[in-house]
Amino acid sequence: MQPTIPDVVQTIPLPYYIWFASALFVIGIVGVLTRRNAIIIFMSVEVMLNAVNLLLVAFSAYRSDPAGQVFVFFIMAVAAAEVSVGLAIIVMIYRNIQSIDIGLLNRLKG
Amino acid sequence: MSLLLLIPLLPLIGFLINGIGFRKIPKTLVGLIGAGTVVASFACVLFLFLNFDGQPRVEKVYDWITVGNLNLSFSFQLDQLSLLFMLIITGVGSLIHLYSIGYMKHDEGFGKFFAFLNLFIFFMLLLVMGSNYVILFIGWEGVGLCSYLLIGFWNKNANYGDAARKAFIMNRIGDLGYLLAVFLILTNFGSVEFTDVFRQAAGLKAGNSTILWITLLLFVGAMGKSAQIPLYTWLPDAMAGPTPVSALIHAATMVTAGIYMIVRSNLLYTLAPVTLEVVGWIGLATALLGASIGLFQNDIKKILAYSTVSQLGYMFMGLGVAAYTPAAFHVMTHAFFKALLFLGAGSVIHAMSNEQDIRNMGGLRKALPITFLTFLIGTIAIAGIPPFAGFFSKDEILLHVFEHNKLMWGIGVFTSMLTSFYMFRLLFLVFFGNFRGTHEQQHHLHESPLTMTLPLMALALLSAIGGFFNVPEVLGGGAKLANFLAPLFAAAQNVRPEAFAMAELSHSTELALMIGSVAVAMIGLAAAYVIFISRKTVPVGEGQEHGLQKVIYHKYYVDELYDAVFVRPVNALSVFFHQVIDFLLIDLLVEGVGKFVKGLSKEFRLAQTGATGFYIFAMVIGIAALLAWSLRGLILG
Repeated sequence: MQPTIPDVVQTIPLPYYIWFASALFVIGIVGVLTRRNAIIIFMSVEVMLNAVNLLLVAFSAYRSDPAGQVFVFFIMAVAAAEVSVGLAIIVMIYRNIQSIDIGLLNRLKG
Repeated sequence: MSLLLLIPLLPLIGFLINGIGFRKIPKTLVGLIGAGTVVASFACVLFLFLNFDGQPRVEKVYDWITVGNLNLSFSFQLDQLSLLFMLIITGVGSLIHLYSIGYMKHDEGFGKFFAFLNLFIFFMLLLVMGSNYVILFIGWEGVGLCSYLLIGFWNKNANYGDAARKAFIMNRIGDLGYLLAVFLILTNFGSVEFTDVFRQAAGLKAGNSTILWITLLLFVGAMGKSAQIPLYTWLPDAMAGPTPVSALIHAATMVTAGIYMIVRSNLLYTLAPVTLEVVGWIGLATALLGASIGLFQNDIKKILAYSTVSQLGYMFMGLGVAAYTPAAFHVMTHAFFKALLFLGAGSVIHAMSNEQDIRNMGGLRKALPITFLTFLIGTIAIAGIPPFAGFFSKDEILLHVFEHNKLMWGIGVFTSMLTSFYMFRLLFLVFFGNFRGTHEQQHHLHESPLTMTLPLMALALLSAIGGFFNVPEVLGGGAKLANFLAPLFAAAQNVRPEAFAMAELSHSTELALMIGSVAVAMIGLAAAYVIFISRKTVPVGEGQEHGLQKVIYHKYYVDELYDAVFVRPVNALSVFFHQVIDFLLIDLLVEGVGKFVKGLSKEFRLAQTGATGFYIFAMVIGIAALLAWSLRGLILG
C-alpha cells in the first residue's frame, strides 16, 4: 500500500521538526537584526514565516488535523501578496534615496 | 380675525416691515408704515371703546403652555382698564410717531428708529392687554428691551450706551421682584390668570402674609419700571435717547406699566394695607425728591425727566391711599401734558441745533410761536392750575391723600408748589427774556415743520380739556372716568370696604382744599416770575453752585452713592476673582496638567530614534519577553 503523506512525515520524529523550525526562525531573526540591506531583511522575514509554516504542517500531520495545513495555504497566499507590496516599497525607497540601506531611513525621529 | 387681536398685531407688522427692510424702503414709506400702523391700531381701539358694553371679556388666542397642572393661555383681556391704557398708548403713541417723522428726518437710522418705536408700542400693548401675569411679563420685559434699544439709539456715543445699560440693569432688578411675585402667585393660587387669582384672593383676609409678599415683590417690579426710589436713577439718564423716545417712555409707555400693574392687581393691594402704606410713602418721597432735583437742573430734558419721576411719585402716592381711579386718571392727563412738554422740548432743541442747556436759550417765544403756546399749555397743566388737565387729576389724588394722612398731604402740596416753580422756571428761561445762545444759533432759529407742530397742537388740546373727562361732583361734573372704571374695583371694595371709605367731606372742605392747591401753584408761578422775569436771573454756570444748591444740582449724589455701594464693590470682587481665583487657582490647575504632559512627552519622544534596526531589535526583545512570560511555567519547571 502506498504510504500517505502523514505517514511519510511521521517517519521523522517530531522533535526534529521543532528543532529545525526553531533553527530556521532564529536564523531569520539574526538576519533581520544584523543585516542593513532591506532585501536581505525581507528574505529573513520570509525564512521566519516558512519556519512557522513547517512547524504547522508537522503538527498537523502528527495530530491528523488538516486545519493546520489550511492555515499554511492561507499564510502562503497572504505572504505572496505581502512580498509584492514589500518589494514595491523597496523599489520606491531605492528610487528616492538611491540605496536600500535601512540605516539611512532615520529621518522619522522624535 | 378679531379686532382685539389686530391691535397689537398692527405695530408688530410695522416693526417687521421696517425692521427687515429699513435699508431698502424709502423714508417717506417708512414713516407712513410706522405711523400708519399705530394710527390704524388706535382706530381699532377707538372702535372697540365705542362699542364696549361694560362687560369685560377674555379672548383666547391659543393655549401657550400646558404642562401638568400648569395651563397658560395666550389670551387678551378687554375691560375698562385695558381699554383706557390702550387708548393712551395708541393715541399718544400715534402723535409721537407722527412727530418723529419730522424730528428724525435727517437721521440715518430713520427706518431702524421707526421699527423700534413700533416694537415698543407692540410690547406695551401686550403688557396692558394680556389676561394673565405671564403675558404681562412678556410685555414688561419687551418694553425694557425696547427702552434699551431706543435710549442707546445713537450708539456711537459711549455715554448713551452707558445710559441704555443703566436703564436695562435697573429694570432687571425690578423684574426679578416681579418674577418672584409671579412664582408666588402661581404656587399659592395655581394660576396666573387675573380672573382666577382675584377670585381666589377675594376669599382671603386682609393682612394675609402671602398677599403681603406678593404685593411687595410686585411693587419692586413697579419701582424699576416706573422709576421709584430706589430704582429711579435710570429715568433721567434715559434722556440720552432721541426726544420722541423720551416722550414715548415718559408718557405713553414704559413708566406707566408699574401703575397699570398695581391698578390691575388692586384687589391684592387692597388686601395688603402694609404694602399700600409702603407704596404711598415711597411715592411721596419720590415725588419730593424728583421735584427738588428738578429745581436746579439746567438741561431742558433733565428737568422734564425729574418732573416725570416726581409725577410718577404722585401716582404711587395715590395708589398708596387706594385712590386707584385718580392714579389712572393722572396717568392719562400726565400722558397728555408730558408728551406735549417733551415734544415741545424736542421742537426747541430742533430749532436750537441740538442745544439742550436752558442757560443758552431765552426769548424763543417769538421765533417758535406754536411751540411756545403749546408748551405754555403743558406747563399750566402740569402745574395744576385749573381748568387744565393736571389740576383735576392731581387735586383728586391730593384729596384722597388728605383723607388718609394729613402729613402726606402737606408734603404733597409742597411738592406741587415746587413743581409749579420749576416748570415755570423752565418756561421763563426758555421762552422769555433775551436770547443767550450763540449768534449762529439765533440765525438758525425756526419753527418746526407741520408734522411736528400738529401733534403738539393735538396734545395741547388734550392737555387743556383732558381734565373734563373726570370732573368731580363738587364742581358739578359727573366723574365720568370714575364711573367707567368703577367695576374694576368692585371686588376690592367688597373685601375691604374701609380702604375705600371716604369720610364724607363737606363740599366746602373739598373746595377749600382745591383753592389751597391752586394758591400753592400760583405761589410757585409767582416766585418763578419774580426771580426769572423781574430780576432776570440766569442759573449760575457749571461748578459755581453753593451749599444745598450744589447738593441738589448733583442729584443728592445718589448716583455716586450707588457707585460706591454697589458698583465699586462688585468691580472689586470681579478684580479679585479675576486676579486671584482665575489667575492663581484655576490657571495653575489647568496649565499644570498641560505642562506635566508636555514635560513627560519631551522625554519620551527621544525613544523615537528613527533607526529601523533599533525598532526591530526592540520588537524582537519585546516578543521574546512576552514569550518568556507566557511560557514561564515551562521554563521554570
